Amino acid sequence: MTQLPGPTPKKLGLVIDLDTCVGCHACVVSCKGWNTENYGAPLSDQDAYGANPSGTFLNRVHSYEIAPKDAPAQLVHFPKSCLHCEDAPCVTVCPTGASYKRADDGIVLVNEDACIGCGLCAWACPYGAREMDMDAGVMKKCTLCVDRIYNENLPEEDREPACVRTCPANARHFGDFADPESNVSHLVAERGGIDLMAEQGTKPVNKYLPPRPKTDAQPEAEIDVLAPLLSPVATEAHGFLGWLDKTLDKLPGGAT
Amino acid sequence: MGEPKLNLSPRVSDEVRKTTCYMCACRCGINVHLKDGKVAYIEGNKDHPVNQGVLCAKGSAGIMQVTAPSRLKSPLKRVGKRGEGKFEEISWDEALKIAKDWLEPLRQDPQKLAFFTGRDQSQSFTSFWAQSFGTPNYAAHGGFCSVNMAAAGIYTMGGAFWEFGQPDWDRTKLFMLFGVAEDHDSNPIKMGLGKLKKRGAKVIGVNPIRTGYNAVADEWVGITPGTDGLFILSLVHLLLKAGKVDFEYLANFTNAACLVDCDPESDEFGLILRDDEGRELVMDRNEKRPRCYDKADIAPDLVNGWRNAGVTHKPVFHFMLERYLDEQYAPENVAEKVGISAARIRAIAAEIARVAFDEAIEIEQEWTDFRGRKHTKMTGRPVAFHSMRGISAHSNGFQTCRALHMLQLILGAVETPGGFRFKPPYPKPSTAHPKPHSKVTPGAPLDGPHLGYPQGPSDLALDEDGNPIRIDKAFSWENPLSAHGLMHTVISNAHAGDPYKVDTLFMYMANMAWNSSMNTAGTMKMLTDEDENGDYVIPKIIYSDAYSSEMVAYADLVLPDTTYLERHDCISLLDRPICEADAVADAIRWPVIEPDRDVRGFQSVLCELGAMLNLPGFVNEDGTQKYADYGDYITNHIRRPGVGPLAGFRNPDGSGAGRGDVNPDQIDAYIENGGFWIEHVPDNAAFYKPWNMDYQNWAVEKGLYDSVQPYLFTIYVEPMRRMQAAAEGLGDIQPPDHLRERLKQAMDPLPIWYAPFGEDVNDDAYPLHALTQRPMAMYHSWGSQNAWLRQIHGRNPLYVPTDVWEASGFEDGDWAKVSSPHGAITVPVAHMAALNANTVWTWNAIGKRKGAWALDDDAPESTKGFLLNHLISDLLPPKEDGMRYSNSDPVTGQAAWFDLRVRVEKVAAPEEAQPAFPALQGQGVGE
Repeated sequence: MTQLPGPTPKKLGLVIDLDTCVGCHACVVSCKGWNTENYGAPLSDQDAYGANPSGTFLNRVHSYEIAPKDAPAQLVHFPKSCLHCEDAPCVTVCPTGASYKRADDGIVLVNEDACIGCGLCAWACPYGAREMDMDAGVMKKCTLCVDRIYNENLPEEDREPACVRTCPANARHFGDFADPESNVSHLVAERGGIDLMAEQGTKPVNKYLPPRPKTDAQPEAEIDVLAPLLSPVATEAHGFLGWLDKTLDKLPGGAT
Repeated sequence: MGEPKLNLSPRVSDEVRKTTCYMCACRCGINVHLKDGKVAYIEGNKDHPVNQGVLCAKGSAGIMQVTAPSRLKSPLKRVGKRGEGKFEEISWDEALKIAKDWLEPLRQDPQKLAFFTGRDQSQSFTSFWAQSFGTPNYAAHGGFCSVNMAAAGIYTMGGAFWEFGQPDWDRTKLFMLFGVAEDHDSNPIKMGLGKLKKRGAKVIGVNPIRTGYNAVADEWVGITPGTDGLFILSLVHLLLKAGKVDFEYLANFTNAACLVDCDPESDEFGLILRDDEGRELVMDRNEKRPRCYDKADIAPDLVNGWRNAGVTHKPVFHFMLERYLDEQYAPENVAEKVGISAARIRAIAAEIARVAFDEAIEIEQEWTDFRGRKHTKMTGRPVAFHSMRGISAHSNGFQTCRALHMLQLILGAVETPGGFRFKPPYPKPSTAHPKPHSKVTPGAPLDGPHLGYPQGPSDLALDEDGNPIRIDKAFSWENPLSAHGLMHTVISNAHAGDPYKVDTLFMYMANMAWNSSMNTAGTMKMLTDEDENGDYVIPKIIYSDAYSSEMVAYADLVLPDTTYLERHDCISLLDRPICEADAVADAIRWPVIEPDRDVRGFQSVLCELGAMLNLPGFVNEDGTQKYADYGDYITNHIRRPGVGPLAGFRNPDGSGAGRGDVNPDQIDAYIENGGFWIEHVPDNAAFYKPWNMDYQNWAVEKGLYDSVQPYLFTIYVEPMRRMQAAAEGLGDIQPPDHLRERLKQAMDPLPIWYAPFGEDVNDDAYPLHALTQRPMAMYHSWGSQNAWLRQIHGRNPLYVPTDVWEASGFEDGDWAKVSSPHGAITVPVAHMAALNANTVWTWNAIGKRKGAWALDDDAPESTKGFLLNHLISDLLPPKEDGMRYSNSDPVTGQAAWFDLRVRVEKVAAPEEAQPAFPALQGQGVGE
């Protein structure tokens, strides 16, 4: 069907820090706003004020509970959008060539003029990262804000995806994974960035930084290691004041 | 097939206009992109001090507020019965004439007007209007929000969190976060957490629910609701006992060394001893005699008291030791109540001690203190705390907030590097704020600002017979320090005629007929009740809102407001400022688009109405209207010489910063500058602000104060002691006998913990705590109509912890009857493991009444959405003495939303969530 371009000189994508993401959905709505006005058809909403409001989003945040044995349950916020895979099955499955991966920077896009809305790509994507726009009848997906990152009408500091620019907690980072010295490559190296569902063999470009271990997972019996810091100086007011009196006298300027 | 040719540099918009967001209370700077005169895209303003470019989901969805079908279209006159939602559209001329005809006679009896303004961000203006009218009955929504935090902060150290101050995000190494409401400092907290995460600083989250910020915390403390104060005092106990206290800080910068009058025969028993000029006395450790605290060579002594005339007057610190070293605060003795193991409490205290004292930081920076001593460096204890509504909204909230402030003070972690930092114009002690004013004179303005900080019984708003002067009973013995008023009691008091009846209820931006009231169904009934003549018990209701909220249905006259993109506003230093620790700043809103309908900014309407009513301050000498609109007021109003609503670009040439003459082009200068003004605090003034003469002088220069006013932080709060002493029988102004015991306890001048009043229930009947949280992606007040946000938060199940889930036999899709001592609701449930084992919760205010907000009648917000408000009474169950006390904090009157206790039982799914109410009709936006 549609060919992938082979190795690309740049591999643009996102690092998403699951240790930092508070699940606020800022990225979700900023993406909706930008992409409703820009690349391709607007992101439509159906039944916007009714019983089953349902619209197109290119990025959604899911929340998962994890219940480790012998530690309190945790909640992980998990933002998900297209991962711009190197071996993108959504591209190779496309019958019209509408779905493609850019040879220059690796961004996976849909050429809406050629999209027939068959939905095969969404079926092929193991991440569920594509959504059919019900108004336009074309497949929508994260464009990595291809109309921002090179846009000469934007100040240089704004040439990054809308989700990255808006993220309040700084949990989203944009860069070139082909460059080992890039910010995103460093983050992945330092924090042990991982591929989502690596076993699928899609070689996703986007990487996730895993949550750091929680200190509340420590067994109760082992948490008194800091106890010496709390050795009592006294147990009641009178004794305390005697201790304090002596302590203050020992300080510079105190009585000798 | 080759790649399509893309235009990689499309034109983004025709124009960018920079203004201030109003999608919640945080006031971030936004860039509004316009295409063909319409809003096309909203993003954060990178230069803005609050959000520095980032923007939350609500902010980015602002475009949908403009296109929302729930927007009111024109002034409305009620044609059906109250509460039906039937209106006819009328002209502004007619609307203003009705308002004038109703209000004009009340100027001769101003208490008959109750003017309360909800989530208003123009309180210095609306209070000025109410003051000019002469009514004592004015406040905004702080009383049902977070006044406990604000007032406890002001009384303890001159400010609290959020608008008053912030953690030193760049330097703190241990950050402890107690419950916050998401619309209070939302983006700044996320930005701060991002900084901590980047540096690997430790975050401890104390919250019964592990979502949001608590989900990313390194350590989660799933505390039992209402016990935060006890947990904090246990930490204080451990730190004191181990001597892990910054004694130098306590002695020099707080009133811990101040001598308390310990003579039980004295009229001043329990107050701080003072010299002839009224200044606090401390024992001088060198000279071994009492001296004024601010002497250049003083060594304030925490250890020794002063023996005089047979009485030993002890320093405050002795009282702290006597109280907090007591074993009742030992971890073993609080663990069960707070739901945290003794070992974990000890580990947290040890971690705080380690970071504060073993990892202390120093900044090489000279500064001079108020005693004239020069210092070569600034020493910090890099432990920071933050909290807002979670610990405030309990009936022990004031004392709990005080306890948290005291914990910071014993560590020396306030106004020092790595700790908590004030934002100008704070810190500002309670003595530097106005006192409440309530003297009513027919036909004349009130004698001063309504709200303030009482210093003792003589500052209460009581008439000669000791009855409350205000309709909300603020500043009465029921809640003496109600610094933000009690908007939540206005309707029930006006309905009951207690303390008196009113004629007109005039409200702005507060959904009192729904999510902003306790006892929601009861409130709706009070608004519609008729007397024996068939007249409404509350005779007239005027309401202003931009949207078709539930409260609209209960108004007789509706004044439609604009959206935030179509109006002038000032985010003023006179009001609730947006400053940073390192900078003073203020901002504006301006009409970046024009309204496409017959609506007017509420404040501009008040300018016109004020002139029609001939209110002093709103008319010129010749009787003509003084301010054409709110923009005109913002530019030309003078509050004090050289000080107006906006501090920046003053003087005709724009040269004035803080102080200066009126600049007719001031708003244009703000627009030119991106919608805000900012000036940085000098480096030598960055810390120790209350005691740092470089800061104090700078603050006077900028108009924040009129004279330098260094002061000591007040761990021991004398205004509270004065109230407590009255309850003990001292003085001429005496509380009613039935309040004495509770005042003696609640007005304790040192922080205490007592079980929340609402917890006084049968544990077997109501074993669970019930809470709400505000979602990050929706504002509880006007988010539900937003087409984008309701796709994220359109439903609100009751989240149930694992043990309760299993014991109740719940399965996915089940419903539960939730009962409290006040009522019952039937709602959908969902399982959540990361939750305190005795707590259930839901998202706040997702539930909507049918017919409101222009949502379809089958919208999930009204078929499955629900409010916990139906379970919360405005009154506590009757006591043995037959008295019914309000469900609020006895110090400030803050609504105790989070004292709620419930039980849950599995029931068959009803057709829709219960209770259900008749659909509102049309609401001015329907057919």
